[in-house]
Formats: sequence, C-alpha cells, structure tokens
Amino acid sequence: MTQFTSEAGTVSVAITGSGGAGAITAGTLLLEAAGKAGWYGLMTRTVGPQIRGGEAAALVRLARSPVAGHGDVFNILIALDWRNVERFVAEIPLGPNSLALADDDAGDVPGKIAASGALNLTAPFAKLADDIRGARPNIIALGTVAALVGLPIEAMVETVAATLIEKGVSLADCTQAIRAGFDIGVQLMASQGAAASFRVPEAAGAGALPDRWVITGNQAAGYGALKGGIRFAALYPITPATDLLEWVAPRFAAIGGVLCQAEDEIAAVQMAIGASYGGVPSLTTTSGPGLALKLESIGLAVAAEVPLVIFNVMRGGPSTGIPTKSEQTDLNIALYGLHGDAPHVVVAPLSVDDCVITTQWAVHLAEELQTAVFVLSDQLMAQAKAVISAPKEVDFGTKRLVPVEPKAGVYKRYALTGSGVSPMAIPGMPGGQYTADGLEHNERGTPSSQANDHHSQLDKRNDKLNNFDYGDIWADIEGDADAEIGIITWGSTSAPVREALARASASGIKTRLVAMRLLAPARPAQLAAALKGVKKLLVVEQSHSGQFIGYLRAQYDLPVTPESLRHPGPLAIRPSEVCEVLSRWS
Amino acid sequence: MDGCTPKLEAKHYKSDLTPIWCPGCGHFGIQAAVNRAFAELQLDPAKVVVVSGIGCSSRIPAYTTCYGFHGLHGRALPLAIGLKLARPDLTVLVAGGDGDGFSIGGNHFLHACRRNVDLTYVVMDNEVYGMTKGQPSPTTAPDWDSDLQPGGTGISAFRPLGVALQSGANFIARGFSGDLGGLTKLIVQGIKHPGFSFIHALSPCVTFRPEEKEWKTQTHASGEALTSDFQEASRRIAADDGLTTGPLYAADRKAYAPPVAPMRDTKTDLSHILAEFRI
Repeated sequence: MTQFTSEAGTVSVAITGSGGAGAITAGTLLLEAAGKAGWYGLMTRTVGPQIRGGEAAALVRLARSPVAGHGDVFNILIALDWRNVERFVAEIPLGPNSLALADDDAGDVPGKIAASGALNLTAPFAKLADDIRGARPNIIALGTVAALVGLPIEAMVETVAATLIEKGVSLADCTQAIRAGFDIGVQLMASQGAAASFRVPEAAGAGALPDRWVITGNQAAGYGALKGGIRFAALYPITPATDLLEWVAPRFAAIGGVLCQAEDEIAAVQMAIGASYGGVPSLTTTSGPGLALKLESIGLAVAAEVPLVIFNVMRGGPSTGIPTKSEQTDLNIALYGLHGDAPHVVVAPLSVDDCVITTQWAVHLAEELQTAVFVLSDQLMAQAKAVISAPKEVDFGTKRLVPVEPKAGVYKRYALTGSGVSPMAIPGMPGGQYTADGLEHNERGTPSSQANDHHSQLDKRNDKLNNFDYGDIWADIEGDADAEIGIITWGSTSAPVREALARASASGIKTRLVAMRLLAPARPAQLAAALKGVKKLLVVEQSHSGQFIGYLRAQYDLPVTPESLRHPGPLAIRPSEVCEVLSRWS
Repeated sequence: MDGCTPKLEAKHYKSDLTPIWCPGCGHFGIQAAVNRAFAELQLDPAKVVVVSGIGCSSRIPAYTTCYGFHGLHGRALPLAIGLKLARPDLTVLVAGGDGDGFSIGGNHFLHACRRNVDLTYVVMDNEVYGMTKGQPSPTTAPDWDSDLQPGGTGISAFRPLGVALQSGANFIARGFSGDLGGLTKLIVQGIKHPGFSFIHALSPCVTFRPEEKEWKTQTHASGEALTSDFQEASRRIAADDGLTTGPLYAADRKAYAPPVAPMRDTKTDLSHILAEFRI
C-alpha cells in the first residue's frame, strides 16, 4: 500500500470566532498580506445563517505557488473564542502536528479539538489589544500568524494599516498591534521549536512574479460575464449568488449595462429573456431554490431560441437546505429540470480563476447557439477569495447570427439550416418582424401542433448543440497518457483531486484526470478518447446520491464500471480521500 | 416618419394569420383598436414589440405585423420590462387576459405598476379562463357556476383598477371591446403617457360567458374628466360597478429608466476593471 502524505509547500490556517469577532476580516487580511508579499493563497469561509452574532471561520491556505483548494489538515487554528465552534469543527480537520492557539480567556478547549491531538496553547490576544488604541484581538492574532508562517511583518502591517487607517487608527498603533502579535509568534517558535513553526519554503527557481490578482470566484465570474459581453442582468437576491451582481452593478454603470432587481426569481429570468430578445446579451444569477423557480422560463428560452445565461451558485439542498455552504447537487436539476425535450448547455468552472473563462465561454455559447446556458458554480469557489495568476486572455469571437436585410413575408426566424442555428432578427430591424414563441412553431414562428413541424424543430434545436465544435475547453485532461487509472471530476472538487494526483505522481503512481467543464450536451466520444487505456476509474463529487456518476453512467460509454468517491456538503472532498482509493488500487 | 413614406393604416398592422378566437369574441374588437392606435401614432411596425403571456387573448402578437413575443403564462410583464430597459427606443405593448395578468401573473402586475417602466398593458378581461374551457378567473363574480366550481367560487372578484392605483400605475383607464373608438383613444393615450399605463379592456367571451354580450348595453361612460388626483381616483373606483368606461387617472410620476442604456456594442475596454484586481 502506498502512502501519500505530503502537503509540502503550503500552510493552512483557520481563524474562528463568534460573529463580530473579526475572523473573516482577519482571514481576508491574511490573504491580502500574503499577496502583497508575493505569495499565493485561497480563503474560503464557513459561516452560519445569522447575519450577526453567529459563528464564522476563515479557512486560509498559503503557498509560494497557486493554490486551488484546501488540503487535508489545518496547520494552525486561531480561536479568537471557542463559542459555537462545534458547529463547524468538522470542516476544520486538525492533526497531531497542528497548533491550536486560543485566546487566554477563551475557556476550556472543546472536546473535539482536544481529541485531535493538536498542540493546544493560548495567547493574550484580547489583553494585548486592550492596551493598544484601535487594536482588536483578531489584528494581534494576525501578527502571530505572520511570524508562524514566515510572512514578512512589513506586508502584514501595510495590509492591516490600509484597512484600519480608514477607521481612524494610526499607522503607529497598527504597527504596534501587529508587532505585539508577531512577538508572541517568535516566542512560541523559540519555546516550542518545530511544533510551532510552519514556515512556507520559497519556491525553487522562483523568478519574477507574474501578473497576480486578488479576486473572489463570484467577482471572477462577473468579470468573465462582462468580457463575454453581458450588458443586462437581473436577479432576485439569494445566497450565495447575490454578491456576483453586487460586484457587477457599479461596473455596469461605468461601461453601459443595466441591472434589474426583480420582484421574484421568475421575473428576473424573464427580464433577462426580454432584454436578450432585444439584442443585448443577458444573464440571471441564482442558487438552487431560485433555479427551481426559473425552470419553466429557461425552457422558454430553449424553445424560442433566445440566448440566455443562468449563473447558478450551488449550495446545500434540497429545499432551503444549507444556504451558506457548498454542495455539488444542482447538477440533476440543471441537466434534467426542463420539461419536454429541451436541449441546452450546462458548463461548470473548475476553480476561482477558471470562473473568468468559463463564464465568458458560457456567454459565447448562449449567443452562438441561441439557447440557454447554465453555469454551475458552487459556494466554495464563488465566495472564496484567492490570489491567482492573471488568467489567460481569450477572445472567442462571440457573435449572434442576425439576418442581413430580412424581407417581410420571406424571413423565417426558425428556418431549418444546416447548422441548426438560424439568423435571429432583432427588434428595430425592418422586415425581420416575427413573434418569438414558446408554443411549438413552424419555420416562420407561427404556432403549429403538426407532427412534422414539431419533429423538425426538435431536430434543429438538438442539431445546433450537437454539431457545434466545443474545442478543447470542454475538459481539462491532465496526467499520464499511458495511465491505467482514470479520475473524472467537476467543479471545485477538481482542486483536491488534482492535489491528490500530484501526490500520487510523486510516489510514482500514474493517473489521468478529466476535469469536465462542459457537462451538457454530453460528449461521449471525447470522454472515451480521453479515457483510452484506462482500466480503473474513479468519479469524485460532493453529492450524497452520486448525481455526477449517475449522469456519466447514463450518458457516456465508460471503459470500465467506475468507483464512486462522494459525500455531501458542507464537508469538502479532501485530497487524502482520493489518495486512500489510489493507494488501495496500487 | 418622413413625408415621403406612405401613411400607415390600421390594416398595415394586421398580419395574414387568422385568429383562433371564436366568432363574436370581444378580442377582435381589441385587436382592431390596437391596430388603429398604432396607425394613429404612425408607429413603425419594426420598432413596436407586442408581448403576451398565455391564453386566448395572448395570441395577439402574431396577429400584428410588429415584432412579438408570445411567452409564458403570467410572465409577459417582466419579459416586457427587461426588453424596454434594454431597448428604450422601442414601443412595447403588453397584452393578455385576466387569469394571465391577475392570477398567475398577479405579483408581476403589482410590481410593474410600482416600477413604472414606460409600457402599455392592455388586459383583455372576459372574467373567465376561455382557453381551458370555462373556469372562473380572478375577476369572476363569486356566485358564477362552473364545472370546476359548482355554485361559484365564493371568492370576491379582484378589482384591477384599485390595485393598479394603489400599486402606482401612472395611467389607468377602462375600455370596452364593443366601443372601438373609445378603446382606440385610450390605447393611444396609454402609449403616449410616460411610465406604466394600464388599460382594463372588457372583452366578452361569447362561448363560456354568453351573458357578457349584454355588456354592450351595461357598460357606461364615466362622463368625468381624467383626474390626476389620487383621492378623487380612489373615490371613483370605490363607486365603480365594474362597467364604467373611460380614462380614469393619469399621474406625473417619471417613468423608471436605468441611469444608462445597455451598450449593444460589447467590445468595451475593460482594462480599468482588471486593474482593480491586480496586486
């Protein structure tokens, strides 16, 4: 049996506290300071449903190279207090080499933390904060973390000061607060030695740093949408999707776009359909419950062939479920939720940085194919903040096919063409007048219940999706071409899978990864080619019922019966879970 | 239109499709009034969009020579709002029935009145679900007997004018399909008035509500001038027997419009946004 344990080159820090203690603020500042120091990192959040007074944890992973996901354990847990920590302690695995550092006044160490075998220590975060004007315990703790992970104190001071000076705290006081915390870290390392040292090694052969961004998944998606050409968006507020358009709103004002907060989820998608019919690339955002409400309207976009992007950020379901936490379980509704035979496109970004290109691509597909395109993001990446390398600039050459000088009485909106895509007149175009219709129709758009019209329009709407060349972007295919072990995954689960495969590779295990970006229409030939020679196959997803493996087995010819690695949210798939399967197989 | 373009007549707005409506249906009168109103305003058919939901009346877009969208049951208003916000240069007329607008689409009706986007909404009210063959609608009297609701619904009828007034509609009127001249005038006024114009158009269903043929004698012009006074409009609505016709209320609320119209040329330079992310 092969063991994979290395998480070398990274450090994982969890900061917890009851609502208002500043855990999320501290996590954000830690990430930004790391970015300032030339590092990379990822911060995800786990919060309860309360707006104030609940519990919160910032989960931060830092490295000298890009970080896409979390590892198996957290090296450092900073507890500003222990209140409500039991609600998310399962999401913060600690091990015997971890350090749990609580405030002096936090009280007894919770049983599960003590049982982890982590080194439990305390520090006077609150007491020190009391003596420095404007300082709070979370800021002192940031100084300590900087010392423990080897982050230059200057980067931390600069980052914290940029935030606190706006609130009237002086640079001298900021510096003193960080310094006080930093000294705690230095003392800990001196007294505890290796047990309290988590310094991130410098990347070998590091040259000049590339262009790097600090961005959340939802911001990346918003930027991708703008790049794709979205200039109209409508929504009904829903966690965890709303912040995408909160980011877009002021940018729309600057570049010429309209955002409409609708009276409900259905109105939002209808507004987007109306705007798109008017010739403006349009999008609506939502999450599971809202997606369920929008389905009838999405079917209308398919039938009337109106380009539409539905950006859905998945959260725990069913019903209201777990609004603040991640799960990959809106796959079935996106694939199968539309009534009738309604071919449409479903794509999913693989990571925070991938939200840019995948969303841009979704707009491209909607406009080119004149259909509904679902984007399935998830809470983990959507609300994660990351330091990333600037994504590659791509121009898909997006263009909606419109008729040239259409003639009244001759122009056929739903003409049967070789590609299945027919020129779409835009209101204002003389001679192009037609009525878009969700009723089955003939080529002209006139409602028809005749069998031949239904059949030919079904063919048309199916053909345009199936005849399209989606290119290499349909999946990231990585690893060894002669590997006999294949792994298929999607969405933010790709990050822990990739990490597991890198560990396997370091141990001499050959694997091949297919991380799918295009989920519908199914591309069985491409997947079969990508899995050629594979004799063992693993499908990894964050779902209780196995929605993804069910879909793959139904729609694809897999070379072997796959094994399923899955569990529901909010627990993330850990690299070690994948490694366990691989070690069993090798 | 310039002087060289031949004057458009009502017939130029009528498509070659034969309506699915029953002979004698009130909707024919409303279709004629809409076409006459477009002609009176000399609207370019290529710059008009007629948006509807589902129901007998909602078939109207394809019976015009304008652009049209025959969408989902109850959802015409938000689709039209999205369209008008995206394309303020277009004239957007929304049409549909009482079930479509006041029942399944009721929430959108409230918020369309509130939002006050520059649209004209004609509800062709026959107090019945005709397409599904005769079920009571929100505007049906509580004692109307039907297969589905023997002896009546026992639910008091929805009063659209009062709801429109309370919700903020900018122009409110009631017409009758049998009064072509009067209804045409109301639609013209509605289109010309900025913001959300609501025209309640009584339209007999000769098949399932043959007694509505009597509306011809029962409807009566209000005889009062259009008011811009909310209290006065409220008083008139309170006294209304549901068959009073004519313009009722016109407010001067500014039509809702976004601060900028969306760019249809999407090749905008985004480098200033990219700069926000850069470390």
